[in-house]
Amino acid sequence: MNSPLASTPLFHIGPAPVTEAVVATWAIMAILVGGSAAITRRLSLQPSKIQAVCELVVDTVDGQIRDTMQLEPGPYRAFIGTLFAFIFVANWSSLVPGVQPPTAHLETDAALALLVFLAIIWFGIRAGGVRGYLATFATPSVVMIPLNLIEAVTRTFSLFVRLFGNVMSGVFVIGIVLSLAGLLVPIPLMALDLLIGAVQAYIFAILAMVFISSAIADPKPKKRTAP
Amino acid sequence: MNWLAFISIISAALAVSFGAIGPALAEGRAVAAAMDAIARQPESASTISRTLFVGLAMIETMAIYCLVIALLLLFANPLLK
Repeated sequence: MNSPLASTPLFHIGPAPVTEAVVATWAIMAILVGGSAAITRRLSLQPSKIQAVCELVVDTVDGQIRDTMQLEPGPYRAFIGTLFAFIFVANWSSLVPGVQPPTAHLETDAALALLVFLAIIWFGIRAGGVRGYLATFATPSVVMIPLNLIEAVTRTFSLFVRLFGNVMSGVFVIGIVLSLAGLLVPIPLMALDLLIGAVQAYIFAILAMVFISSAIADPKPKKRTAP
Repeated sequence: MNWLAFISIISAALAVSFGAIGPALAEGRAVAAAMDAIARQPESASTISRTLFVGLAMIETMAIYCLVIALLLLFANPLLK
């Protein structure tokens, strides 16, 4: 049985090996970018069916950002929405025969978590300046500075191990069951895998929001809207 | 088979089996509490179940960490190279 931690290179561009996961990532990127460009080229006030669906998705993302971060979603919509859309499509790409989800490989997840790590710093500095961002490490008190520094690294690590473990274990279990029991038996497991994939995409986006909002220093206390 | 591989396989099995106990108990408690809350307030079922799903995935992550450790021991063990 192949190790789930290794990845097989398909071909080489110069010295850099290009693995299956990278090709799948490129395909998903092309589909997402091409689809978004094709849909948003002809926007009208009287939305067509597909435009209505996309508006519903964007509205849902906005609502989640408002609920979780207690902020206006404007600057964060693109990043969070793209993260969610990419991970969702990547997790569900196992529906296509012969395709392994790129998120079942450690490299893709590590890259996504690194993006979140950088986005936390970027949004934190943009909202409160360098001083304001550094001051968030001293919350709730100065004693917490070492712990907060460690947490900045460990939460990024746990972010990508969580996504990797969930998606990879689904692929792995399906492979084992398929080799033991054969055709049609792993279908319930595949359905469960799709559910897990959707939930993990949601959780990744939610955690990115929580981390970003924790890096944004706000001088006034957050006002909570009544549900 | 040398004794390092032997110990690695046994400890991988131990990691998964004992690592599954805690999350299993915790998920049971979380679902029971959510059921209780939904039974008391059926109108807030959507919020509760959304929070429950996120919480369950967080708890499940602990078991996944153990699985990752077990796979590291089995497939990427630095001592067996």
